[in-house]
Amino acid sequence: MKLRQIAKKLALTVKAGETGLDAEVTGGYASDLLSCAMAGAHKGNVWVTLQGHLNIVAIASLDELAGIIVTENKPIAQDTLAKAEEEGIPILASPLTTFEIVGRLWEMGVRT
Amino acid sequence: MTVTEVYKAQELVYELKVGEIMTRRVLTVTPDMTMHQVKNLMRDNRISGLPVLVNEKLVGIVSIEDLIVTMERGELETSVSEHMTIGVYTIYEDESVIQALNKFTKTGVGRLPVVSRAGKLVGIITPDDITRGVLKALQVAYHEEEIRRYRASHLFQDIASDQTKLLLTYAVPPRDFNLAGRASSQLKLALGRLGVDPRIVRRVAIAAYEAEMNIVIHSTSGGHLCAEVTSERIVVQAVDQGPGIPDVQKALQPGYSTAPDWIREMGFGAGMGFTNIRNCVDEFSLESSLDKGTRLEAVVYLHLGEELPDEATPDR
Repeated sequence: MKLRQIAKKLALTVKAGETGLDAEVTGGYASDLLSCAMAGAHKGNVWVTLQGHLNIVAIASLDELAGIIVTENKPIAQDTLAKAEEEGIPILASPLTTFEIVGRLWEMGVRT
Repeated sequence: MTVTEVYKAQELVYELKVGEIMTRRVLTVTPDMTMHQVKNLMRDNRISGLPVLVNEKLVGIVSIEDLIVTMERGELETSVSEHMTIGVYTIYEDESVIQALNKFTKTGVGRLPVVSRAGKLVGIITPDDITRGVLKALQVAYHEEEIRRYRASHLFQDIASDQTKLLLTYAVPPRDFNLAGRASSQLKLALGRLGVDPRIVRRVAIAAYEAEMNIVIHSTSGGHLCAEVTSERIVVQAVDQGPGIPDVQKALQPGYSTAPDWIREMGFGAGMGFTNIRNCVDEFSLESSLDKGTRLEAVVYLHLGEELPDEATPDR
């Protein structure tokens, strides 16, 4: 499944990294702790988090994640979006909670 | 095309100058020529627009659209001056391709005459030229990266010595969360170019990132991250000058953290840093004293020629 399909189905707003939307999503991971995300998320995963600062892009880049979903419409710093754009890592936003997003991803067939 | 290459293409439209990709050989006409002559020039040369010059000065442009209108009206024997567009949009040869693209979008024209800063017509540019120019530059850039990668990966074979070591050192400033992650990202890129197995690169990058973040979060005056690469192993060292860890054994326990609340709110300080590092590397050591600072060393073996387990990942 491609990130673009997920974005459409869950009505996510594309905040940055449009160019990476056609990446194949291999699974998902959720946590707001960066160390846990780095250890737990795998290449091609979509990461669901409340964090919006610059280092989420560093984690996504190091782990080669498919993209980041920021929940509860948490503000995302401008430099985060700029860096994500530069790295081609999609950042998607949603008013829903992490719990709801993960539930829907699971229903769509996204697994760990 | 991968994401990085798409980004490279975006970068190129800012770097490339109009003069580098424009068509230099420009056919021009004068206002007193007939539209009939314009028709022949367009047909014979398969072009869709001709700049109109008077004494080398650009006064207008006549396009295939103008020609169609002329033909519909049966006015092929009238002069160019009656049909050309006056007040032409132009672009300077030293402007970047993105400026040309913006001009195409804003004006809706299909071609832009290119002029020098002295006002002389030097070429013409169409969206086609841009596509071709960017693709060509992209190919060159890709080729250069391939060469860099090739050179780097042959470093250990090409340089004869009994033991070749490559030392990569990165400065890590304290509490600068905007720069945080720079050192480990650059190290990751460098190891990739050296031809290190991507699974090993990932392990080293995770260890380096955690170590870098420790310096960013905890050190008083920053420190440095360095990686010593040989053909057998990669040794990552993260060194700072203080304040030092009061109880090293406690710091190594999973979940133990001394990070202040504001740092935890950003998602750091989970107390999993050392645990992550230890799970990613083959050897790990940590020395710290309150007067000298902290020194972390992690070793990852390259196991050249051996089969690696599928995806080496730290414990969850």
